[in-house]
Amino acid sequence: MYNNKLIGSLYVTPFVIGFLLFTAFPFVASFILSLTDARLQDQLGAAQFTGVANYTGMVADSTFQKSLGVTFAYVFITVPLKLAFALFIAVVLNFKLRGIGLFRTAFYLPSILGGSVAIAVVWRFVFAGDGLINQGLGSLGIGGVNWLGEPTTAMFSIVLLRLWQFGSAMVVFLAGLKAIPEDLYEAADLDGASRMKQFWMITLPLLTPVLFFNFIMQIVQAFQEFNGPYIITAGGPLKSSYLLPLMIYEEAFKYFNLGYSSALSWVLFIIIAIFTAVAFWSQKHWVFYAQDRGDDKGGH
Amino acid sequence: MVTATIDTGWRKHLPVLNAFLRYGILILVGFVMIYPLLWMIGGAFKNNAEIFSSIGFIPKAPTTDGFVNGWKTSTEYSFATYLLNTMKIVIPKVIVTVISSVVVAYGFARFAIPGRKWLFALLMATVLLPKSVLLIPQYLMFREFGWLDTYLPLYAPQAFATEGFFVFMIIQFMRTLPLDMEEAAVMDGCNSFQVLTLIVCPVILPAIISVALFQFMWSMNDFLQPLIYLSSVEKYPVALALKMSIDVTEATSWNEILAMSTIAIAPSLILFFAAQKYFVEGLTSGAVKG
Repeated sequence: MYNNKLIGSLYVTPFVIGFLLFTAFPFVASFILSLTDARLQDQLGAAQFTGVANYTGMVADSTFQKSLGVTFAYVFITVPLKLAFALFIAVVLNFKLRGIGLFRTAFYLPSILGGSVAIAVVWRFVFAGDGLINQGLGSLGIGGVNWLGEPTTAMFSIVLLRLWQFGSAMVVFLAGLKAIPEDLYEAADLDGASRMKQFWMITLPLLTPVLFFNFIMQIVQAFQEFNGPYIITAGGPLKSSYLLPLMIYEEAFKYFNLGYSSALSWVLFIIIAIFTAVAFWSQKHWVFYAQDRGDDKGGH
Repeated sequence: MVTATIDTGWRKHLPVLNAFLRYGILILVGFVMIYPLLWMIGGAFKNNAEIFSSIGFIPKAPTTDGFVNGWKTSTEYSFATYLLNTMKIVIPKVIVTVISSVVVAYGFARFAIPGRKWLFALLMATVLLPKSVLLIPQYLMFREFGWLDTYLPLYAPQAFATEGFFVFMIIQFMRTLPLDMEEAAVMDGCNSFQVLTLIVCPVILPAIISVALFQFMWSMNDFLQPLIYLSSVEKYPVALALKMSIDVTEATSWNEILAMSTIAIAPSLILFFAAQKYFVEGLTSGAVKG
């Protein structure tokens, strides 16, 4: 039965239809739109073909350049910090201790709730002028900081919201750590290798497939962050937290520039595509898959 | 000889020291992680004056004013309307996601389909494709369908297995299962649909639960899609209602907003504690087994 191609095709038909209608068609259409001056309130027929004008227009658009810079800063700060922190806590947690499950729960919880409007609202209050952090500083005798009113600290507050959600990456690291056979460490102990050396020579290389997965996921998600900055800082002050997804949304639905917004979304797509392509291409140089080891350990 | 005894004496305490250090780090980090949540829940039971004057999370004079007044909202609808609206989006979305993902995953995991490799690559590409590149054409398309200000754009696409991550999760799970049961069922005269519903579905239940839970959480958190598609306040889900409430009442009533935020995350919080293992398994199935 399972070699009946007709029945098999029938089962994947919903995906094929959905892919064509809701992914492939909009994907191509947004590129075509990006070559026009289409506006939200007008009929599409009224749009004029403007060639690459939307793309060349970005060169002169200081808001776009600011947004692009902020987006890269956000991704380059949050992704390595989040991965490093998630790995560090996973290593600390990977130990047979009482109550370890409780800690795992506590650390994982924020990544389940962190994307919600409710948490963004709480975050806004935590960093507000008379919010939790300033009150805490005040009780230590330190003057309040205008967290959301200054460019650097506004960025810091949305970066912190992402770092707070390190738990999902940590859970994946933890599963990867548990899959490393213990006899490797026993052998290293016999050879007198230090804990530090064991981490660099055994743990990290065997963890690279998981690191690779986490890296891709974090890059793709960080480039698309919207809820946090939109609700906490609204992209401000002075566009200091105006990530590209915010600009794409506002260009389309606040200023009605569908053509320009589509062009911006294509720039974002190309950036993400380059990062993922480089990551996939480079993995043969640094990602170490268990079957490469040529033994039967690892349970794959 | 003497040095050796001292050495073992010191080393004997190493595991204790190690455990001590680990607990220290975990408690410190855990406290910082959980404190904003405790502060939110505590703040919901405080009066406003206390929120602004104390960093502790335990209310000194607990009050339900925040809940009572927050529930009324600053609109003509009560918070119950927004909660109900959220469910009207989330429940159909979870159901169609589960059904379409299981059906498509079954096709991928079991059948020899022409061009399967390519289709699978496309499926994985949808996971990495940024949603914002599809946003505008999808909006225009749903406008043509006459679907603006309805819930259809929020869950109709999911009926076509558009979320590759979920399909992938179920495929991974199905691949670990032995085929004997399914083959036996075919011998007994079951068709493939009967095999799927009677044999496969009960076995892949853990994966189905993971998919349902993740989709539930993500849909509860979803903000951009409702923001774009819904224009009447009476149709707003909780995410939009909360955003609206901070725009209107920010300066004065933090306790009301914290109370409604607490209610907003309560369903996810309860589900998370009740079914944590499905979250962990769902998350790690793709990363580690793959």
